[in-house]
Amino acid sequence: MLLWRVVRHLLAIAGIVLLGGLISATLVRLAPGFDADERQLDPSLNAESIRALRASHQGEHNIFHYYAGYLSGALHGELGVSHVLGQPVRNLLRDRWPVTLRVAGVGLLLGWMIATALAFTVSLSRFSAYEVLGTTVSGAFLCIPAAVLALLSVIFNAPGYLAIALIVFPKIYRYSRNLLARAYGMPHITAARAKGLGETRILLWHVLPMAGPQMIALAGITVSIALGASIPIETLCGLPGIGQLAWQAALARDLPLLVNITVLVTLVTLLANSGADVIVHMVRSREA
Amino acid sequence: MKAARMLACVVLLAVCAVSLAAPWFAPAGYAKQFREAPGSAPSRQHLLGTDEIGRDRFARVLYGTRISLLLAPAAALISTLLAALVGGLAGYLGGVWLRLATGLTDLFLSLPWLFLLITVRAVLPLNVSPVLSILITFLILGLLGWAASARVLATSAQSLRSSDFIVQARASGLHGFRIFLVHVLPNLKPVLYAQFWISIPVFILSEANLGILGLGVAEPMPSWGSLLRELEGLMSFREEPWRLVPLLLLIIVMTSFQTVLSKEEVAA
Repeated sequence: MLLWRVVRHLLAIAGIVLLGGLISATLVRLAPGFDADERQLDPSLNAESIRALRASHQGEHNIFHYYAGYLSGALHGELGVSHVLGQPVRNLLRDRWPVTLRVAGVGLLLGWMIATALAFTVSLSRFSAYEVLGTTVSGAFLCIPAAVLALLSVIFNAPGYLAIALIVFPKIYRYSRNLLARAYGMPHITAARAKGLGETRILLWHVLPMAGPQMIALAGITVSIALGASIPIETLCGLPGIGQLAWQAALARDLPLLVNITVLVTLVTLLANSGADVIVHMVRSREA
Repeated sequence: MKAARMLACVVLLAVCAVSLAAPWFAPAGYAKQFREAPGSAPSRQHLLGTDEIGRDRFARVLYGTRISLLLAPAAALISTLLAALVGGLAGYLGGVWLRLATGLTDLFLSLPWLFLLITVRAVLPLNVSPVLSILITFLILGLLGWAASARVLATSAQSLRSSDFIVQARASGLHGFRIFLVHVLPNLKPVLYAQFWISIPVFILSEANLGILGLGVAEPMPSWGSLLRELEGLMSFREEPWRLVPLLLLIIVMTSFQTVLSKEEVAA
């Protein structure tokens, strides 16, 4: 059953990633000024060089032909060469991916720590002041665009991962607070308290098993939010990660780079969501 | 809670009314340059000072608010209608249609929203007139932002499919699209309203993100995104605190939306 679920997820991921890559390639192909190359305006180039430059884009004119060639190359580990940066896409992704992984990863970890700590404190506390504080702080950060948080992190000289943490924090807090409130409001929790069970035991044995699976599902979604937020944050904070690279590729209509980044981002997002789904399934089947 | 919602409604209405009456409140047009006073501090003539090319910041905030507050609902309307068409119809028809719609929404949702938005906006023409840039920005928001709502609507429509009144309508001889229009769609109204209202703040924030990255509304037309872009050159808040006014206004409007929408979110 679990194996079939994993296989089904993998098939869906493969289909969506392939389609996503094709759509991204088509979009860039149809964009105005797609095969324009600034180097063609260089007066020092002779007619033959300009013809050679034009010929270098010929293979990209038929999108299906280009995409089939791209997929065949990708199977052999060849991801093409970036037109704008003049480097193999594989090298660019290899160099930039660790930056995004660090910024988004640390940001996610920090966001989860702040949000869950606050959500548990608010749920366990009997003071409504904590509730007001949690709602106000999370509400304030929900109102600020990711790009503004990036600008603020530049002004305050704060690290980029802090901006990511502050973007994911309000979403995690609000969702987990609602889950915990629902779990703590169940009659069996009241009964457990009345029988004298300690708060830690109630949390570990009764609340977490109820709220846990949905929080795991949320973890998958927050990966997508963090990856999306990494574009304005890396662009505005000058961090050389995948987000900044995606920004450069989109503005320069760099087809090979953009297709690869789309495929990579789609793959990571889908793997995170599917991974969360499989874990939730495993937890629930063990409980059953 | 009721009082807070009332207050939020009043704030939203007041901001909308003032921004709609921008030509009366603003001391000058949003593009008029006071070349003798570029980058000036707030004064009686320029309540929020002027930007680096001498345009009155207060006037730009008023006009920018008008654009963001009027066009975000328009984009939300487009996305909700698309969601009703794709999600609602697929949920009602079921079978292959539902699987197709689910695949399509999965495809849209598999890419992070900001990544999708920025990529699509960047590959469209950037050197366009201000009015066209407004249309492109908000059309993109409307045309790309339907997937999450479609999923909710598909689930709601699916649950209506086997309800008694639909079975009875079918038994009475009503067919396909007519049942959808006359019986299913009216019953999806609460979900549609909720999705419409929830989309507005999301689109306002998305436009702001695009604007800060230079992909939103083109100059000299102001929007919250382009106004917030001014924060880029700020070294510290103490220098020119009045430059934070667009951000404060955005936070006030978004908080008001959140307060008003708390009920809608539960409904969705």
